[in-house]
This record gives sequence, structure tokens and C-alpha cells, in this order.
Amino acid sequence: MKTGVVTFPGSNCDDDVIDCLQRTGGFEVHPLWHKETGNLGDYRLIVLPGGFSYGDYLRCGAMAACSPIMTSIKEFADRGGLVIGICNGFQILCESGLLPGALAKNLSLNFICKDVQLKIESVNNPWTNQTVKNQLLSLPVAHGEGRYIIDDQEYETLVSNSQVLMTYQENPNGSSHHIAGICNKNKNVFGLMPHPERSTDLRSKGGLLIWKSIKSHLGMAS
Amino acid sequence: MSAKVTDLTISTLELAKALGLSPTEYQHVCGSLERNPNFAELSIFSAMFSEHCSYKSSKKFFKRFPTQGKRVLQGPGENAGILDIGHGWAIAFKMESHNHPSFIEPYQGAATGVGGILRDIFTMGARPIALMNALCFGSLDFDRTSSIVKGVVKGIGDYGNCVGVPTVAGQTFFHSSYTRNPLVNAFALGIVKHDQIYRGYAKGIGNAVVYVGAKTGRDGVHGATMASKEFSSEKELEKPTVQVGDPFTEKLLLEASLEAMKSGLVIGIQDMGAAGLTSSSFEMAHRAKSGLEITLDKIPTREPSMAAFELLLSESQERMLLVTSPDKIEPLKEIFTKWDLHAEVIGQVVAGNRVKMTLKGETVVDLPVELVTEPTLADRSLSPPVDLKQRWFLDRNKMLVATLSSKFHSLMEEINFANPHKLIEQYDSMVGNRNVGGSQDDSAVIRLRDMGDNEIRLAIKADCNPRVCWLWPREGGRRAVAECSLNLAVRGAEAIGITDCLNFGSPENPEVMWQFSESIEGISETCEALKIPVISGNVSFYNETDGKPIYPTPMIGMVGIIDDKIPLPHSSFYSTQLEIAVIGPTEGGLGGSLMASSWFKRECGQPEETDLAMLERMLKFCQRIRKRKMTYAVHDISDGGLVCSALEMAFHSPFDCTGVEVLIPQEADLDRFLFGETVPRVLIAYEPADRVDIENTASQAGVKFTHIGNTNDSSLITIRQGGAQVFSSKIPDLKTGWSRRWDKFFK
Repeated sequence: MKTGVVTFPGSNCDDDVIDCLQRTGGFEVHPLWHKETGNLGDYRLIVLPGGFSYGDYLRCGAMAACSPIMTSIKEFADRGGLVIGICNGFQILCESGLLPGALAKNLSLNFICKDVQLKIESVNNPWTNQTVKNQLLSLPVAHGEGRYIIDDQEYETLVSNSQVLMTYQENPNGSSHHIAGICNKNKNVFGLMPHPERSTDLRSKGGLLIWKSIKSHLGMAS
Repeated sequence: MSAKVTDLTISTLELAKALGLSPTEYQHVCGSLERNPNFAELSIFSAMFSEHCSYKSSKKFFKRFPTQGKRVLQGPGENAGILDIGHGWAIAFKMESHNHPSFIEPYQGAATGVGGILRDIFTMGARPIALMNALCFGSLDFDRTSSIVKGVVKGIGDYGNCVGVPTVAGQTFFHSSYTRNPLVNAFALGIVKHDQIYRGYAKGIGNAVVYVGAKTGRDGVHGATMASKEFSSEKELEKPTVQVGDPFTEKLLLEASLEAMKSGLVIGIQDMGAAGLTSSSFEMAHRAKSGLEITLDKIPTREPSMAAFELLLSESQERMLLVTSPDKIEPLKEIFTKWDLHAEVIGQVVAGNRVKMTLKGETVVDLPVELVTEPTLADRSLSPPVDLKQRWFLDRNKMLVATLSSKFHSLMEEINFANPHKLIEQYDSMVGNRNVGGSQDDSAVIRLRDMGDNEIRLAIKADCNPRVCWLWPREGGRRAVAECSLNLAVRGAEAIGITDCLNFGSPENPEVMWQFSESIEGISETCEALKIPVISGNVSFYNETDGKPIYPTPMIGMVGIIDDKIPLPHSSFYSTQLEIAVIGPTEGGLGGSLMASSWFKRECGQPEETDLAMLERMLKFCQRIRKRKMTYAVHDISDGGLVCSALEMAFHSPFDCTGVEVLIPQEADLDRFLFGETVPRVLIAYEPADRVDIENTASQAGVKFTHIGNTNDSSLITIRQGGAQVFSSKIPDLKTGWSRRWDKFFK
């Protein structure tokens, strides 16, 4: 399954994602450089990893959202291709308009890194189909700007379309409605603040279910 | 200094003194050159002869350190030390101080400390994979302490988190001696293949000298000189000498440098750290025994019309100097351009032993390398403090009359016994997918996934007990190494090397120099006993304000190896049906203990000497017990003694109801049993059925085993002596206090 992992200047979880996908097995990983252009036609999955693209200067993800490769990724997503943005990748997806809402500084104003409990809100999608609704997963978060913000009207739309995929049991950053991860209306673009790539074979293993869900959706043995 | 001074102004003794040179040093320079240096050259001597760069007071003591070992690929003297870990792989690590800048400007001071130590690692060709820090802060009553703590922690976090290197371990210590001299010691470790190791050599006549990284500004000019002076409370603000960090540029520089090295485009490389271009150029020439010609006009600058002395002394961050052959300049530039960084050829390697620099066509610097890199060593006098014996008096009578409960609660109020989780959580401890341990275990454990099927694990720990160091510096040095080795051993690792960061007051004070030399003796004899080499290090003197030095703080950073697949032991009470035993002496010394400091509000008593032979046997026990393939929890006994170790194991327990019962023999000294801090002692908790096995393993290793209690589900800590209950308290209440003490800094 051809999988692209994008490196922006300042990405720092790109290598972790590659390592995790190789350990999980079944993903044919190709590093992608942010200046690349062109068709991503034969890719099955694109990962926007975490980090501090462009140093988080201006706004997190704002400059990376203008990278040449994002044009290709938007076309890829419009054609129904699977795109997952983790942490800074989630911020980039929001800044590029592929996902609704925005991510702001944590309420505490401090960076926070710890394992958190997530509740699965929806399972009928490519990302959480190997979990059950209301299941609790343990995943690490590590961010300074992970407070997901969305207005009430858009929130209603998200809920009615089952786009909220996971919420925090104990909100670490002040996100609206405890939201930890959402997808777009077509469910092929997914953004989340927790790190599923850090959670497959270390202390917590909740992330493994997300990678298994993707594989299952693409018709691969998990 | 007159405003009319320019680069070419011929110096005078008065000018030399203003830049911190002694008359002897200045006369030595003038005599060797047979002329008075100009101002630009004088600035070079000022920086390179500073204590910070020259180690002129400390150098002769380093001979005492054992630096040899079968794993040592690079000992002290380079940007970082390197150890072989097998299968063609090696690790590079070093710890360095950034104390003075962190008091002046805590956020940038600490941030650039992290940046500097990371560059020391990747300049060797190693990819940094772990950071650690040791922080000493001042009195909680001082109004700036809180802002210093917050600034330092945010500075460390923002830098390391952004570059993407996890902060896996750390130590904090509070004491009034650090009030105006906080310590920020940053450690970094990287991994490298043997054939990818690079060093700071300016080799090969005709080769190009290339400047890479961020542009040069006026920040940090004379920073090394600032770090070589004591502070006075009247003129404590020297902000312009503190550098400003940009972790984003650092990340790009890290990737570009490693890519250039991997592509074989680099001959020698060095970070522009303290004293910037000056130290990097002269040191690289010195190591290769060559000369350099540099055109200062070629340096990318942030500001127009910078003078030569500014270009030479700027400590602008995220810059490196490298040497490459002329045919590799273009591919090298391509890599740096890909990462949006500057790479400018600024000079070349030449025959001879002189560094010549020009600006606007004029020669502004023409100096022999050795005159700059080999300063006259200072011969400092040493003397023990006159009141040492008074420091060693501990009033046991006053302690014995106090109730156990009052002493216990006094200890629980200590900031030095509190859970720093609010601090730890501000650092990304997981990026890199290598951290396999818990953030509050005795030592951090990381896996080297880079090695593929040959994956091994490393344990990392920083330790120093300044209370003990002040009371008895030699024991302080011993104990720092001993504690680190024990902290590694309980996680299953065998120590393979240390780096040190020696933080002291003014070397011009004979008592400080005595502390320094005694600490080195303690470190060295322990390293010799355990066969652990010292592979890198750093000295920070002049940590004093208004003549009051900090407590001697020889911080040790130790790395150990776990080359089997045995799972890590638990570090907390993982069940409510365990037996608890002490391995080693059941009673410990109160001299220099946290209990004594807490009770008497000052450090007192003679610390008990660490028994190095017993330490070796204890390390052997730790190695053997893990091979017995049983489930157990283990924790080192240190600050606060047995009772604090037992409580920490209860606080980290997964069950709220975990209770502990401690049974003290009738004849035992209650204070020494509960609060004593002699090294080496270990607390172990195990299934009752495994007691015989553990007892036998201890006996074979030659260490004492004493069953001292059990866990239960009462959520109480209960202490009994000779059958009678002498103390009981609710663990959840104690845990709340322990968890919240850092709330004064971080909500």
C-alpha cells in the first residue's frame, strides 16, 4: 500500500511515522518533500506528521499549508484519497481548509506531553472502524497549541455527520466539546492531536487500532 | 572603553584590563607578538583566555579523571565524547552549563543552552536522540525565583520540543545558594555509526572554510567573558550579552549538517558556540596544526557595518564552521540551500600556524594559533573551609526529642521532595519513538531502534547532591557517581561512561578551589572503582554573587547499556500483596540528609562515606536479580531515606488503595532507619513466594537482605516498631501535597 509521509521544514515526527508504519507492516512508505509537485495518483494514504513546521511561526501550520505539495494533496483528497494529519499535521489540514475549525494555544498556555484517555465517538469511517463506539483508548499527546475551536453551528454539522471521531476523557488543552480528532464530511481526511505513531509498541498501544482501521478500510489483512 | 576604539586601535594595558585580561596575560601576549595587539586581536584573547573558554584554573585537575576504556572512541577535548556500543554503532554525549545567561534572561539562557549542547552532538556526526537537564534554583522566598523557574522550563521545552529531541530525564534542586546563580545544565546524547564520526579539524592546505547556518548579529558579543565573572547585585542585568535561540533554524541546521556529512562532503566541522567564530576557527586550526585565512566580509550578517571584533565574538546561535575540499563546495551548498540555510565560503586552510583575517581589504587579525589556544594556566591556591568541623555537627538530641510525626510532616513540606510532573509534562519526552521507560523512574531508558535487529537499550541519569557536596566535597563527588550508577543498575543497565558539569563559585577563592579539587577526587576514585571513564565535561566557575558562592555542584551525567531483552522491572508498587525488603544497610547516615536540612533549616552533619566495595556488590545484585525472571519493583533509596522511597513507590502505584506497612526492629534507631541516606541502599518489593530467591541472590552478591514490611490495600502508611504502631498517615493525602507543591510555578 503506497503511503507518502510528508516532510516540511521543521517536521519532527516524520521519521517516527515511517518507523511506526514499518513496524506495523503492510505500508510501503515513501518520504515526500514539501516542495514536490505533481500527481499523487498511485498513493493510497498520505500522512502529514507532527512537528513544528516553519517553527510554528505566524500560526501553527499556516505556512506549511501554502507549501507546493499541499496543492497536490488537496487534489488527492478531492479525489477521495486518504489523508491523515497528526498534531502539526492536523493544524496544517485546518489551515489549508481541508478540515473545519482551528487549533489555538492550550488553555494552560503550557506545552503538554502525557498519555491521555480518548473516547471513540464514531466508528463508521476509514480511521476508527476497528474500534467500537465509546471504547476508551490510551494515546499520548504532545502539543502547545492543541485547543480545537469550532463554532456551535459547525459543531452541530460535525455531530450530525459523525465527523467527531474521538474526544478526551479529561480535556488537556481546553478543546471545544473535548474534541481530539475529526474528519471531513467525506471521511477521507482525518486530523487528530494525539500521536497514534507513538502508540503501537511502547507503553500505550491505542494507536495501533487506528493503523489497523486504515488497513482494513483499504482491504488489507490487519 | 572609549567610543573611538576601532578594530585597528593599538591596545593598551588599560584596554586589556577592561576586557578582563590580567596584566600578566597581556604582557605575555605583547612579548610573544613583539607588538601590542590591536583591538580586534585583543578581543580574541579576551574571549579565549576567559575561564569559560580556556579552563585555565581547572585544566590541570582533569588529569585525575580516568578517561580510558575499551569503549572509548573519543575522550575529553572534542565537542563531545564518544563510546562504542557494538555492531559498528557509537553514542556521543556531553553535558554543558548555561548558568550565567539563565539568570540574566531565563528563557533565552536555557533555550540556547539546549541549542548549544545539541550542536555539540551533531557536529560529531551523531543524530541527537535524547536530552536531559539538571536545574538548581534558589530560595522560594526570593521574588524572582518563580519567574526564573518558569522561564528556564519554558526555554528548555520550547527549544527541545521544536527540534524534536525528547527530554527523557532531569533533576531539580532548590537551595538559597542558587538564588542569584541558578544552574542550567543541559545534557544531550546522539547516535552515530563508527565511520560517520566527524571532528573539529581544519585539515588540508587549500581546503575551503565554510560558514553555514543562521546569519551573524551583534548578540552575545563578549558572552564568554560575561560567564567568567561573578555577578554583583547592583549590575546584574547584562541582557545584551545573552544570545537568542531559534530552534527552527537549529532543526534545519541539524538535518542539513547530517545530510552533508552522510554525503561525504565534510572534512572537519565545529559549532560556533562560546566566543563564536573565534573559538571555532582557532580550535579547528589548532587540532589540525594548520593555519587559516578568513575574509570576514563574506560572513552573512543580520546587521550592516559590523566591526571585526563583533563578527569574531558574536554568539549568534545556530551557526557552524566546516571545512571541505574545493570540489565539494557546490554539492555542499546545494544541501544547505535545500534546507533554506546559508553556506558561504569565508576562507581557506593554509600552511603554517597563523590565522589571518581581513575586513574591507585590511588585515585585522594576524596571530599564531598556539598563542591563542594555549593560554597561561592559572595556579590557584586551595584551602579547606575553616568551619568544616562545625558543619559536621548534628544535634541528635534536638532531633530525638521531636516526635516522628512532626519530623515526617516537615519532610513532606520539602520542595526537594515533591512531584515535578507539572514540569516534566512540558517537555516532549516521547518524540523519536525510543523512550521505553517512565518519566519518573530512577533513570530514563531509551531503545536504539536505529540499530535494527541489533537494537539495544540505554539508560541515562543526571545526579548530584549539593547538600553533601557542601558538607564534604569528596563524598559529594563520590556519591554523585555512585547514585547515578545505582539508578542505572536498578533499571537493569551497566554504566559505560560519564560526562560531568562542574559548577562552582570563583576559582580565585581558595575554599572554592578546594571544593573543586576534592569533588574531582571523589568522582575519580568512584569512576576508577567502577571502571567508568569520563568522556566529556564542562566547568562553570564564578557562580557567585556578592562573594557568596553556590553550593559545590559537580553534576554527573551517566549512560549505561542494557544489551539483553529482559523486560524492565516495575518502579512502583504494582500490587497490594507484596513484601518489601531493604538491600544493603537498614540504617543510613543523617549527616547531609534531606531530613536534617528540613528539620534544622540548614545543612549539617558529616555524610557517611559511600562504601565503594559494597557499591560494586550492590550493582552485581541488581544485575543478577533481573536475570531471575521474576516480577518485582525496585527503587533506589536516596533523598529523604527509606520512607521517601517507599512513599514514591506508593504514589506511583496504579491503585489508589495501595498501603504500606513498615516494620522496624525494636533495637533500630528510628531516625536512621527511616530517614538515613547512606549509599548504596535499594528498596525492593516482590511476591512473597520469591523471598527465598531474592534472599539467596543478595547473599551470593554479598549484600544484606532485610525484610522490612509489605504492601496492602489500606491506603495508609503505617510504621511499627517492635510490634507497636509509631506512626500512621493516609497516603492519598500525602500524595496530594506531594503532587501540588509545584503548583506555585505551574497551574
